[in-house]
Amino acid sequence: MSTATTHEEATENHEVEHHGLSDKQYIVIALILAALTAIEVSTYYVDFGPFFMPTLLILMVIKFVTVVSYFMHLKFDNKIFSYLFYAGLLLAIAVYCGFLATFKFFLKQG
Amino acid sequence: MAESAIAHDHGVSHGAHASSTGLSNNKMGMWMFLGSECLLFGGLISTYMLYRGRVSSGPQPNNIFDIPFTSVSSFILLMSSLTMVLAVSSAQRKDDRNTNLWLTITALLGATFVGGQVYEFTAFYREGLGFTTSLFGSSFYALTGFHGVHVSVGIIMLMALVGMNRNNRIPGDKAEVVELIGLYWHFVDIIWIIIFTLVYLIPS
Repeated sequence: MSTATTHEEATENHEVEHHGLSDKQYIVIALILAALTAIEVSTYYVDFGPFFMPTLLILMVIKFVTVVSYFMHLKFDNKIFSYLFYAGLLLAIAVYCGFLATFKFFLKQG
Repeated sequence: MAESAIAHDHGVSHGAHASSTGLSNNKMGMWMFLGSECLLFGGLISTYMLYRGRVSSGPQPNNIFDIPFTSVSSFILLMSSLTMVLAVSSAQRKDDRNTNLWLTITALLGATFVGGQVYEFTAFYREGLGFTTSLFGSSFYALTGFHGVHVSVGIIMLMALVGMNRNNRIPGDKAEVVELIGLYWHFVDIIWIIIFTLVYLIPS
């Protein structure tokens, strides 16, 4: 009996871990993402002054990380998947920052 | 004991082929593919960032973008990520009816987004922005067009998945197959999150 209960609890825990979040929690996250999008769009109508660019970039990163972590389950999955994805992402950012900086440099020289 | 620990490790799907890492090879392959896709879209986005101010002829970016319209499109694509994750959740509960329902809604939301993009491209073309009008036009159409093609491929995969699920013809672990398509779908959503901010909201 006790073993069976322990097994059931372990299975339940495994299910929670495997699914990541409940459907209600996914809906809450989607509402947060929608609210963040509304703030992003508001920058088009409201003057944010010097905070315009940082606000948009920070919101973009928060939305990106939220979708990857929760909707794509990267937060709950094996770390190897995170390394594979973020390695590609960081490589892309590094290569293209270098690429853009090089173009900027040559344009200034010209 | 060790086998049990491996089987309970995150990322292992029931019925997946055993691998030296104890993880699903299919899932590993999908994450590697998505990592490489970052490089593809990184190239397209940085090319756009470089050329968006280079307008020798035709309309300027700030004069042509319809932010309210694109905001609605972005919201629709964002909500399709919610319906996709609900489809994955249903598939993991082995609830075929709701899996098919959420997958179909996701495909419809994706189709609405692509329809909006086609409308936007048509409107831009009528306003004088062709693919070869300026460097801005070329880089804009290449970037958003590639993204639109990715969304379209995603819609085809979703509809194929619904058809296969109805006929019970999904090979191997059904929940894992839905999850893999879901990963691809969420990826096109996160790319749009970047495009919407860098291309549409930040003026050149």
